[in-house]
Amino acid sequence: MDQIAPRPRVALFVTCLVDLHRPTVGFAAIKLLEQAGCDVEVPRAQTCCGQPAYNSGDRATAAAMARDYLEAFSGYDYVVVPSGSCGGMLRTHMPHLFDDDPNTKARAEQLAARTYELISFLTDIRGMTHVDAAFTANATYHDSCAGLRELGVKAQPRALLASVSGLSLTEMKEPEICCGFGGTFCVKYPEISTRMVSDKTADIVATGADTLLAGDMGCLLNMAGRLSRQGSAIKVRHVAEVLAGMTGDVPAIGESRG
Amino acid sequence: MLSTSTEFKANAHDAMANVGLQKALSRTRPQNPAKRAAAVAALPEFEELRDIGRDIKNHALAHLDFYLETWEANVLKSGGHVHWCSTADDARDAVLKICQAAGAKTVTKGKSMISEELAINDHLEKFGIEPIETDLGEYILQIRKEPPSHIIGPAFHLNREDWEESFRKVHTQLDPNRVFAERKDIQNEARILLREKFLVADVGITGANFLIAETGSSVIVTNEGNGDLTQTLPRVHIVLASIEKCVPTLEDATSLLRLLARSATGQDFSVYTTFSTGGRRPGDLDGPEEYHVVIVDNGRSAMIGSEFQDMLRCIRCAACMNHCPVYQTVGGHAYGWVYPGPMGSVLTPSLIGVDKAGHLPNASTFCGKCESVCPVKIPLPNMMRHWREREFERHLSPSAVRTNLAAWAWVARRPALYRLATKIAAKTLSLLAGKKGRFASLPFAGGWTAGRDLPAPEGDTFFARYARTQRAAK
Repeated sequence: MDQIAPRPRVALFVTCLVDLHRPTVGFAAIKLLEQAGCDVEVPRAQTCCGQPAYNSGDRATAAAMARDYLEAFSGYDYVVVPSGSCGGMLRTHMPHLFDDDPNTKARAEQLAARTYELISFLTDIRGMTHVDAAFTANATYHDSCAGLRELGVKAQPRALLASVSGLSLTEMKEPEICCGFGGTFCVKYPEISTRMVSDKTADIVATGADTLLAGDMGCLLNMAGRLSRQGSAIKVRHVAEVLAGMTGDVPAIGESRG
Repeated sequence: MLSTSTEFKANAHDAMANVGLQKALSRTRPQNPAKRAAAVAALPEFEELRDIGRDIKNHALAHLDFYLETWEANVLKSGGHVHWCSTADDARDAVLKICQAAGAKTVTKGKSMISEELAINDHLEKFGIEPIETDLGEYILQIRKEPPSHIIGPAFHLNREDWEESFRKVHTQLDPNRVFAERKDIQNEARILLREKFLVADVGITGANFLIAETGSSVIVTNEGNGDLTQTLPRVHIVLASIEKCVPTLEDATSLLRLLARSATGQDFSVYTTFSTGGRRPGDLDGPEEYHVVIVDNGRSAMIGSEFQDMLRCIRCAACMNHCPVYQTVGGHAYGWVYPGPMGSVLTPSLIGVDKAGHLPNASTFCGKCESVCPVKIPLPNMMRHWREREFERHLSPSAVRTNLAAWAWVARRPALYRLATKIAAKTLSLLAGKKGRFASLPFAGGWTAGRDLPAPEGDTFFARYARTQRAAK
């Protein structure tokens, strides 16, 4: 592996949902990465990881978007993504789009190996063990599927959350079961998706927690939307907002604004 | 079996409203994963064994022609008969001919998913031969004229009261005051009636968990012992098996058996594991006089060499469906054909055509749980994605989806234009939502908002805000 500078140049892949829906998560990521000793840049030429095309069977479009990604991000020491789902796409799946193109595949594999989900990057690569943040809440944490099973994100967010002053964590009975979001699944099969997210919210409510945290905007929007439809007062936030101490900057996801 | 997979959405809707099914699901949903987890935790080499299992099946599939021929030669050597069948029709005819040659009036059957695939029962009945299912779950389904909803617990969707109702209706010769308080009451009653059937059957049909090339044996596993009575008591034993069941050696089969029960029911081993090699030999005290294997392709050889070859590793343990959040929400019948859950979502399109089973590989969140528990590490989500690719290539995916996807991709590949579009969208949605911070309904988002609110965006996009902070910093 190449020698990594003591202050690595990290490119933030913002993700389309953070860009559109919850910019605060992007700023929280920048703050955390800087705290972890990184120089952070945000390449302008980025939009989406291509997952909607990839999972809809449109491999050609997904590959074209992956080429754009290689173009824009190859020059950095690392790429960091505040999402296990987009992170899994760019780290685990993206190189396979070039299975029939060995030259591009080699480049893709090199970049994929330097692409990380945010929280696991902070702990596993940058050695972060605690954060300087306070947030008074009894929270529960949902393990998003791609982060958990494709990238092994499980202990990392819990380890950092343990250092947030005022925060306690109560585990769900089944924190690893899918919330029913599934990208386009939630609009292709809304009835099944709604049933799945209802099972999930029942598990969340049963913990007695007042706050739900996770590391993926898709799952968060899904669970927040269901909780609010059920009239629940549970607040929903991306874990990065909490770790960066930015919960005061913005209401919880779907929460009414004063 | 006729497929209703095209009706998946409607099937799923009915399933979610089916009180009995939902009761059964809520009972089994936590149970099966917990049993498997305990069995896996008790075997330190389980993960290593999964790699071994995958490699055994990969090797067997890579040399399947060789192993099938070796297997056949050894079946013949042990006095058995082999009937090669390319299609379901061929297989049905082969079974019928053997039964007719044996002058069969009744045929007992062990549990076999391939027999469901081939709809053997209907075919035999059409020709005046009575098939009798002897697996307890299959027995009640035969009474109720229902297909299995799970590949190893075919009647898991029924509750005790369903059993009682069906038994009282059919077993009219028994004491009407008998009680059905416990599972063993059900078992005892079925046993009384089935015992007679075992003794008079002319032919016994079983499936096969494995065929072993080096010995020409077939292997079945059961927990009820019905398979043994089915294959040893009648004069003729027919094994129904598909080509991918063949493994090279006894050692290979036993390695896979170590994975099978643990993955399926959380047992270390099934209660009965029976190896059959040919029929009764001179001097044997029991066993069938004739041993036939009807070996079926029915679409499988076309999977070899394709992106779906890995699916042929499947050993039918059902761990994928036991752990699938979609299956656990809608049950097995919703999938509309023989094989439900994640393994069915890959296999069914291969066997009946993706045009008839297109919903199945789409009805997955790609949560990856199935792959993580598969004893032979089949990349199920990847293969469902391959089916979506085939659908996309063949223009089978809905045109609205294709149009939206193309429009989105066109914009998403032009960052400046994309920036502008998202900026307007974020601002508009945020303003529309106002102080509420969410939408209870929104035009074109009915799929989302039927069951959920849509949280409103903050207002600025990340990139708009980031550009401002960059300018301010200069």
